[in-house]
Amino acid sequence: MPVTVLDTPFDPLQLLKQHEQTLEAGSVGAAAHFIGTMRNHNEGVGVSSLTLEHYPAMTTKELAKIIEDAHAKWNLIDALIVHRVGTMTPGDPIVLTAIWSAHRADAFEACRYLMEELKSRAPFWKKETLADGGDRWVEKNTAGYT
Amino acid sequence: MPITVKFFASLREQIKSPASQIDSAGIATVADVWAAAADIPIPDHVLCSVNLDHCTAADSVKDGDEVAFFPPITGG
Repeated sequence: MPVTVLDTPFDPLQLLKQHEQTLEAGSVGAAAHFIGTMRNHNEGVGVSSLTLEHYPAMTTKELAKIIEDAHAKWNLIDALIVHRVGTMTPGDPIVLTAIWSAHRADAFEACRYLMEELKSRAPFWKKETLADGGDRWVEKNTAGYT
Repeated sequence: MPITVKFFASLREQIKSPASQIDSAGIATVADVWAAAADIPIPDHVLCSVNLDHCTAADSVKDGDEVAFFPPITGG
């Protein structure tokens, strides 16, 4: 499946390896991937855990549309998005985006596109549990393209 | 058929008694759905969807639609 939402921890490198086994041997000339992990701090405050909520039906639909849009914009062999939901701790992978193509420009640009579009289109929300025991919703994403 | 209404994340916590379904009589737009289902004015920067597609508060709705309201997205 090009889109997977998981409520348990995952190993991005293992999933990449598994997915690559589904591709036609020798067809890929470039692969790019991005892995986002949970930080132990945000906006100057220690964060002990993070809970990700989402809108399941819309999330799956929107992520699939993002991949479809990427295929329309670049010449791609395959694309993959994996995203965590539920509660995680610092160091846990949150998101994996990956592109396989014949040439590097398509791979680099499309991989960045998946990530930036996901940040503005896929309905996920983060709630942080702070090191001092309080909690707060994350109100906005950090800047992407600058 | 009623209109199904969903609130997510911090919005769900702000609204004390959110309606999960409303009668479509007299409801023309997404903004009308908010007024019928929530007990507070619609906050700035609220995002919305109809049947899983992003929309604006001015978009129209009909019987059987699923309308969702949520704060700015913070995934990834």
